[in-house]
Amino acid sequence: MKDNLKRIFKGGLGQLTIPLIAIALLVIFNLIRDPSFFSIELTLNNNGNTVLSGNLISIINGASELAVLAMGMTLVTAACGGQDISVGAAAAIAGSAFVKILKSGPSINIGTVIMAFLFACVVAMLFGSFNGTLVSVFKIQPMIATLILYTCGRSIAYWINGGATPTVSSPIITAIGGFIPGVPIPTPVLIVIGVALVFVLVFHFTSLGLFTQSVGINGSAARLNGINSTFIKLLSFIILGLCVAVAGTIGVSRLGLINHETLLLDIEMDAILAVAIGGNNLGGGKFKISGSIIGAYVIQMLTITLYAMKVPSTDVKAYKAIVIIILVVIGSPVIKSKFQKFMNKIKSNRQRVSVKGAE
Amino acid sequence: MTKKKFGSLLLVASLVTTLLFSACTTGGAGNAGGSSSKGTIKVGVVNNPPSESGYREANVKDMEAVFSAANGYELKTAYSLKNDEQLQAAQGFITEGVDYLLISAAETTGWDEVLKKAKEAGIKVFLFDRMIDVDESLYEAAVVSDMSKEGETAVNWLLAQNLDEYNVIHIQGAMGSDAQIGRTGALDAQFASGKMNKVVQQTATWDEAEAKKIVESVINSGDDFNVIYAENDGMAKGAVAALDEAGISHGINGKVVVMGFDCNKWALRELKAGNWNYDGQCSPFQAQIISDIIQGKKTVTSKKIINEEKGFDAKTLTDDDINTYGLGE
Amino acid sequence: MQDNTLLQMRHINKVFPGVKALNDVDFTLRKGEIHALMGENGAGKSTLIKILTGVYGMDGGEITVEGMNVTIHSPQDAQNKGISTVYQEITLCPNLTVAENMYIGREESAVVLHKKYEKRANEILKKLGIPARASQQLGSCSLAVQQMVAIARAVDMECKVLILDEPTSSLDDKEVNMLFKLMRDLKDQGVGIIFVTHFLEQVYEVCDRITVLRNGELVGEYLIEDLPQVELVAKMIGKELDELSDFGEIEEKQFDEKDIFYEAESLSSSEAMPFDFCIHKGEVNGFTGLLGSGRSESVRAIFGADKVNGGTVKIKGENVKITKPIDAMKHGIGYLAEDRKRDGIIAELSVRENIILALQVMKGFFKPISRSEAEAFADEYIKVLNIKTASRETPVGSLSGGNQQKVILARWLLTHPDYLILDEPTRGIDVGTKLEIQKLVLKLAEDGVSVTFISSEVEEMLRTCSRLIVMRDRHVVGELKGSDLNQTQVMKTIAGGETQNEG
Repeated sequence: MKDNLKRIFKGGLGQLTIPLIAIALLVIFNLIRDPSFFSIELTLNNNGNTVLSGNLISIINGASELAVLAMGMTLVTAACGGQDISVGAAAAIAGSAFVKILKSGPSINIGTVIMAFLFACVVAMLFGSFNGTLVSVFKIQPMIATLILYTCGRSIAYWINGGATPTVSSPIITAIGGFIPGVPIPTPVLIVIGVALVFVLVFHFTSLGLFTQSVGINGSAARLNGINSTFIKLLSFIILGLCVAVAGTIGVSRLGLINHETLLLDIEMDAILAVAIGGNNLGGGKFKISGSIIGAYVIQMLTITLYAMKVPSTDVKAYKAIVIIILVVIGSPVIKSKFQKFMNKIKSNRQRVSVKGAE
Repeated sequence: MTKKKFGSLLLVASLVTTLLFSACTTGGAGNAGGSSSKGTIKVGVVNNPPSESGYREANVKDMEAVFSAANGYELKTAYSLKNDEQLQAAQGFITEGVDYLLISAAETTGWDEVLKKAKEAGIKVFLFDRMIDVDESLYEAAVVSDMSKEGETAVNWLLAQNLDEYNVIHIQGAMGSDAQIGRTGALDAQFASGKMNKVVQQTATWDEAEAKKIVESVINSGDDFNVIYAENDGMAKGAVAALDEAGISHGINGKVVVMGFDCNKWALRELKAGNWNYDGQCSPFQAQIISDIIQGKKTVTSKKIINEEKGFDAKTLTDDDINTYGLGE
Repeated sequence: MQDNTLLQMRHINKVFPGVKALNDVDFTLRKGEIHALMGENGAGKSTLIKILTGVYGMDGGEITVEGMNVTIHSPQDAQNKGISTVYQEITLCPNLTVAENMYIGREESAVVLHKKYEKRANEILKKLGIPARASQQLGSCSLAVQQMVAIARAVDMECKVLILDEPTSSLDDKEVNMLFKLMRDLKDQGVGIIFVTHFLEQVYEVCDRITVLRNGELVGEYLIEDLPQVELVAKMIGKELDELSDFGEIEEKQFDEKDIFYEAESLSSSEAMPFDFCIHKGEVNGFTGLLGSGRSESVRAIFGADKVNGGTVKIKGENVKITKPIDAMKHGIGYLAEDRKRDGIIAELSVRENIILALQVMKGFFKPISRSEAEAFADEYIKVLNIKTASRETPVGSLSGGNQQKVILARWLLTHPDYLILDEPTRGIDVGTKLEIQKLVLKLAEDGVSVTFISSEVEEMLRTCSRLIVMRDRHVVGELKGSDLNQTQVMKTIAGGETQNEG
């Protein structure tokens, strides 16, 4: 414990420094702007549930799909040194598959929902392995390999259901996308916690972390140590596929509606940003999933802050871009090393002063 | 990236595109496969693909229903989002010798040549949904929507509700799109005149989840509002989800008036259930008007025919309306 | 101060967080001399060089060039002040021409005047006797010539001080001689050359003076004739002479047919021509030959590192199939690759993670080694192999070359292999570690592990191996053991027929 503390003081929080500082700044900014910004209230919603509400809940709830995707994206980034830009389109496909099964039965019950979710998982994993095969077997750069699905994914999603915005309504779907009766915490938040737990367990009970990092840092050495790097890369895409299915299911369940054109639109960019803000190297290698999750909440907090400030709609993206540029630049290796140098200088100056003082 | 990799990528990409297009073409051919018995009127339709939007899907279905073999037509269709592909398809129809050519163009320019050729070949041209930059003499009539009229219809309905005050959350579509501009204009005029009060005006770029977040943030800020004007059904649904979670009543007898656009069947059902108050529509149904002109049931007085826009009030909506005008399913 | 003093560094201090890298170090370079800068890894050579080239700032001391006090702000600044460096790894662009490489980044005008530069480049190449044309693609030249082009670039920038950092590590003897000739020519022109190398013989062949560093401190500056090779080694590692010679003769071991651990018949891979090979339990043998003779390719074929094309392999007399590294590992074979950076270390991962990697792979994906177990393994091998690292969590990339090599050795030792293949385990690492690794190899053999050892230094192989397989032009051309194991015989076999006739 003492060692841990020492390590933290010595090396800072490592790669989590930037995202945590970003969150702290956003919190302080909001508290100054509106001291009650983060207040949480219990309200009775129209379904008769007592639920938590407030900006904080909106942020944590709203970032759920992003957080889930960012986790998977981190793994792909680490193993392949590139990103999957088709997650939004793939989520639309998974969501459509989910809706397809729900609508095919006479009624929606727990069984059909589970069936539908499993089907969505299978579909998303298939598309994930399509991407993964292009990357791992055919050695195509991830961004370019996934450009294919990015381009045609939403058309595929359309073919699955035909209609532009098919809807499904059922208390179960409402419970998945909103609140489970009697539980005041939004279900998507619980799902994120669940997915994060699964990741923790997977890292604990398998060598996924070590192998993925080895493949990402030095593929040649990993191969000579007997690691099947093709499989590890493919696996990262399949796991991302599962995340996509979860995100797509949440997205659909929130409103009980699938709009193949807009479901999780542009989320791939946010997911990649979350990975970057989380301090992960987009060129692959070492990674921290927790960083990406925090990154996802940073992005969402930023969005909600801008909404709360009633920034004109045309300007929101520009403001978002400015903040993100600042974050990413601060996290860049150049600034980091400059900062390190600066800190060393201060340190050595202080030492000199204290030595002089002693004399 | 090495050249080799790029090469294989191109290969894959071209394969995929070929696949996609071949799929599209077969779909088109299937539609065109009608009996070519004598006495039928041959109609070639150049349109955007049905996957573009719910509007387009309804539009395509409407064309297929009206220009059916049962009504004495032989229909050939070509769908593309790209102008040059559309031009080629039109050229093809002219060569095949259709009697009428119906066009909803991807772009407003570049159609001069093709329409002249059609005229030389004695083929009559109708424009639907979208105008083209050509001389009026090159087409018989253009059946189009007036987007701003759609917004006006909705805002006039809202004014007719005689609320004590109008505190409006305005959720816009993708900025700069025709639908957004048309649906925003009338409301902006009300904000400017001070008759209505703008609580927030933000774009959710047609994304229902984003719309929900916008409304959530207003609720969290504690600002008062009693109207949600969402520029499509999906965003209205998102907004309503936020109201539901916050325990705010809406629809007929509710605190908040909910307005949407497009008239999806599911959205009209929400109206019918009293959850929403109003749904406006930019009518995708132009086929009947054109058919009437072809069969001489209607005479053309002005070449530009503005299609009548619909707006449904939850209180007066009937099941027939849902079946007739509802999009989807 | 003498007249011919070119560069003087005095009382240089440099502190890194937690480490005093240089403590009051002096260094003097005179005009027209080749000066070897010697020391083990971590002695402070690289730090001193990096201060001189402006990569690091210094925390104390002064530098004078031709009597003038200077401050060097950046590598660019160092070049402008006449201090140029040619690194071990070629830092030029292989897909540009020789002339473009000589002038890139310093064209006087924005428009590159190809003809003019090619002419100038050709003149310099001719003057220095470098066998390359200005219009030739750099990548088509041999490594040695590429290095010489880098030197020519420095010469053209009118450098007074030329730093050669391990320039000979990847060159064969002929190429080394070419390089030495060039160095001597430059020396005659009054250039001061700082030569950093691990090859002791080369120091004695070409240098005038030696400065020895140890643990960040200056041991001394010596004229070459005053310091015999053994004493140099003793000064570098700070040990007494007799400790070094305490190696003893290798016992003649007799191996029985039935003790054969691994046996290959006409094994071939995408890189290696078919060859036969066997190794007994507890035997140390080696592949020798010039660079490109196929020695590395052969051991890679044994390990399944390249695509195996044919041949039969038996382990303990049983037929087995080894087509990829994991197969070999499962049969108890470990392989330390020739290129440590490219094929060995996972630079950003910790010492701990690097050490357990191979064992983890063998245990399987679903049986991760627990954190505490891994820490225990790491601590054990850090101690056993005397790995110098701040902690087991330090990224392995920040360790010195020798310690990185030890980490990879630890990785394979942890798998308790029956057969360990070591390809150039001692390349680019300091003398002390070299000896440790040689001793380790012998100890492993004593414990019954079979070891195949490859080194460019024949002497080292003679000290460790009881049997040498000699390769030339991708074929096995001889096998030496017993009394044939001596330098002359090895050289003769490597050189082939004609030399043998002469001898």
